[in-house]
Amino acid sequence: MNAPIILDRRRVLAGGGALIISFSLTSAFAQQQDAPAAPAPSPPGSLKTSPYLDAWIRIDTDGGITVFTGKAELGQGFRTAFQQIAAEELDVAFGALKVVTADTKVTANEGYTSGSNSMKDSGTAIQIAAAQARELLVAEAAKRLDLPVENLRTADGAVIAPDGKRLSYGELVAGDMLHVQAQPKSKLKNPAAYRVIGQSVPRVDIPAKVTGGAAYVQDMRLPGMVHARVVRPPSYGAQLTECDTSTVEKLPGVVKIVRDGNFLAVVAEKEFQSIKAMNALAAATKWKETASLPKQDDLLAVLTSLPSQNTTIFERGNASATGQKTIEATYTRPYQAHGSIGPSCAVAQFVDGAMTVWTHTQGVYPDRQGIAEMLRMPPASVRLIHVEGSGCYGHNGADDAAADAALIARALPGRPVRVQWMREQEHAWEPYGPAMVTKLKASLDGNGKIADWNFEVFSNTHSMRPGGAGSMLAAQHMAQPFALPAPRPLPLPEGGGDRNAIPFYNFPNAHVVHHFIPAMPLRISAMRALGAYHNVFSIESFMDELAALAGADPVEFRLKHLDDSRGRDVIEKAAQSFGWKAGQTSPQNRGFGFAFARYKNLAAYCAIASEVEVNRETGRPRLIRAVAAVDSGQVVNPDGLINQIEGAIVQSMSWTLYESVSFDDTRITSIDWQTYPILRFDAVPESVEVHIINRPGQPFLGSGETGQGPAAASIANAIANATGRRLRNLPLTRKRIKEAIDA
Amino acid sequence: MMTLKVNGREHQVDAEADTPLLYVLREDIKLNAAKFGCGLGQCGACTVIVDGKAVLSCVTPMVLLEGKQVTTLEGLGTIAEPAPIQRAFMEEQAAQCGYCIAGMMMRAQALLQRNSKPTDEQIRAELEPHLCRCGTHMRILRAVHRAARLMDTADASSPASRSAR
Repeated sequence: MNAPIILDRRRVLAGGGALIISFSLTSAFAQQQDAPAAPAPSPPGSLKTSPYLDAWIRIDTDGGITVFTGKAELGQGFRTAFQQIAAEELDVAFGALKVVTADTKVTANEGYTSGSNSMKDSGTAIQIAAAQARELLVAEAAKRLDLPVENLRTADGAVIAPDGKRLSYGELVAGDMLHVQAQPKSKLKNPAAYRVIGQSVPRVDIPAKVTGGAAYVQDMRLPGMVHARVVRPPSYGAQLTECDTSTVEKLPGVVKIVRDGNFLAVVAEKEFQSIKAMNALAAATKWKETASLPKQDDLLAVLTSLPSQNTTIFERGNASATGQKTIEATYTRPYQAHGSIGPSCAVAQFVDGAMTVWTHTQGVYPDRQGIAEMLRMPPASVRLIHVEGSGCYGHNGADDAAADAALIARALPGRPVRVQWMREQEHAWEPYGPAMVTKLKASLDGNGKIADWNFEVFSNTHSMRPGGAGSMLAAQHMAQPFALPAPRPLPLPEGGGDRNAIPFYNFPNAHVVHHFIPAMPLRISAMRALGAYHNVFSIESFMDELAALAGADPVEFRLKHLDDSRGRDVIEKAAQSFGWKAGQTSPQNRGFGFAFARYKNLAAYCAIASEVEVNRETGRPRLIRAVAAVDSGQVVNPDGLINQIEGAIVQSMSWTLYESVSFDDTRITSIDWQTYPILRFDAVPESVEVHIINRPGQPFLGSGETGQGPAAASIANAIANATGRRLRNLPLTRKRIKEAIDA
Repeated sequence: MMTLKVNGREHQVDAEADTPLLYVLREDIKLNAAKFGCGLGQCGACTVIVDGKAVLSCVTPMVLLEGKQVTTLEGLGTIAEPAPIQRAFMEEQAAQCGYCIAGMMMRAQALLQRNSKPTDEQIRAELEPHLCRCGTHMRILRAVHRAARLMDTADASSPASRSAR
């Protein structure tokens, strides 16, 4: 088990014999890229927001090396990848260092762990920090040995002279080289010399997870810890009108009932006692509810009739290209749930005016800000420590659970309070992935090429994360509630609802409009891939509709509209590995589908070919096999990348075929795995194959959110190929397929 | 007080009769592997082995467990001496977040104890009660197949395979 290592940042800063590499990077990253010379590129991701970070790498006098990241391991495996990167550039054995993840007391403020950005943001920073640390150690050795640096080499945590004399990093760091600003240029290793980067090093967290080690915040047991459960309102906006606590207070083990307005929780000595007390307390309450939810079965009308702020986000014109045949289509996506297998959990302790919260949040710093505001405490008195939870796939209940725990712990000074949500609370209260509508219209010219392209997307924001206290349920439910912050569209080029709305293909005429809808009838926030999931589903489905109109093979049709060579490479690789052939015919009741996207139009490239079987009697679809090709830049851990893409395909298949949040006019009605069914083993594909196109020395492009959009469209296209029917409303359920076949 | 036998050891447990086994394992005996996922028997994250059978510990009250033998993932092996099923999951890197994995492994273990050469269809059918949200299913299936091969060739006297019985 890799227990979080608690280090006092002030001590780190004070030196104590440690070498600290700080950053004020300007162009260090640029020398790796074959980017245009001007304008000068800004520092890589997280360094933009935390330019004065001074604790990425620490080397102790005993030779111990610690890598600090402000990102949170969520099950993607980047803890292992960061360790590989640092080991590589420092020239130490992989096992000779450890990685400390997000903790407001000891790590950088890297914002959220989201958007497939961790490798780009933190991975790049660690790479450069490690390389410059090594350079400084070599320089120090050169000084001591009175030798030119060129004569020295490094290996296994030591600088080695031509005569074989070794000076360990621990010995070298003991000198006066404590605070050093990072230089704009780093001597990064030649990728051809990599021995750790590029290897499928086994993940460091898996052994504990498969032997029952303490691996999650859910597994924390602090001395004197009590268990709390929250009694949530039955629906959005419900007001607590009656609450008789007298019976519950007498139940075995009950320590305290905490009520603050509509926030109600019970604390007990033991966990199951807290659950029984929660049930009893819920039965002793009355709530006034309001019917405020829209019609679940007509989201198209709901979303296109809500007021929206309309922005043309892309416009390209070429009068010489004119369309002859025009088609249009509308695609919809329902609200969908993150659906973490482990309900959200947090542990909080309030001691001497200081609050500590152990949480699986994706952003310890923003979440700290929200909790501090809610408690009206200075942020410096609140510490958030990330501990892994169940996979979150975006903004689930993690931050809310952290706020719950903090609010309850404040009422029980000294005692650690563990809160875990119940299954029905996670399902009913998590902030869902927003429902979306896309409207597409395009024309083909006389040569079967797309002459003009129109794309409109209707969507909420895709992030209501904290920052402010008002993002968190506990703060919204308090007697003096914090208002929900005004939603904002997420800025391009990454975008939110409009993520991947701009076509990556070359169309002579293109017009893309983002209809940003501020009103949020359901609680929503960031879910893996944000708008890219639906936008890529829409674009890549429509590309197939246009290919059919042109009488062209879908793969050839895509290549015909794409200049980007790395994009073409993944398309060709996936097609070839799948055995895709123009003019192919699929076996009876089966169909082949293809899709491609570059995530956010600026990150990893992914193409997926799939084969789907459809039972014509029942409509039931089954993904038989999928073949993906991915280009994520320089690969750090090939098996980790493959694991992420396999997961993206299988997870997206579940979203695409089965999933939608259900509700009546007042309450969420999909509140468990019966009412919100997801993939089970009977529908797992026979094979999922992932091919990596490695790009040595190129920037890390991330992977976690790369495959979901292409997987959805690839499956939809295969269903269309199998049935001759185009389905445009997610999810592509058995019932909808059956109705389409029978229509 | 009741006596509960877990991983070959007897524990005196002070829990009410209706308390599900899961809470006793996690809180009283301080074991981590069995996880709370739904409390409804819908997801499998809490699965342990009771008298050789995979059981959903979140919906199994203590009153039913008098005199029974409970095995959790901790009882199969350790990082230093992993059981075949644990080795197989490590070798296949069959986890992402891993929250569901302990439950999956226990049901697979129960299957392999009664059927050392299951077909792919049998493994899939057996794992039907289990949910994984990261999409690690392909690796989980590979790991169970690998575990079957490892158990087939494992030295029957090794500590790991002994405690798995």
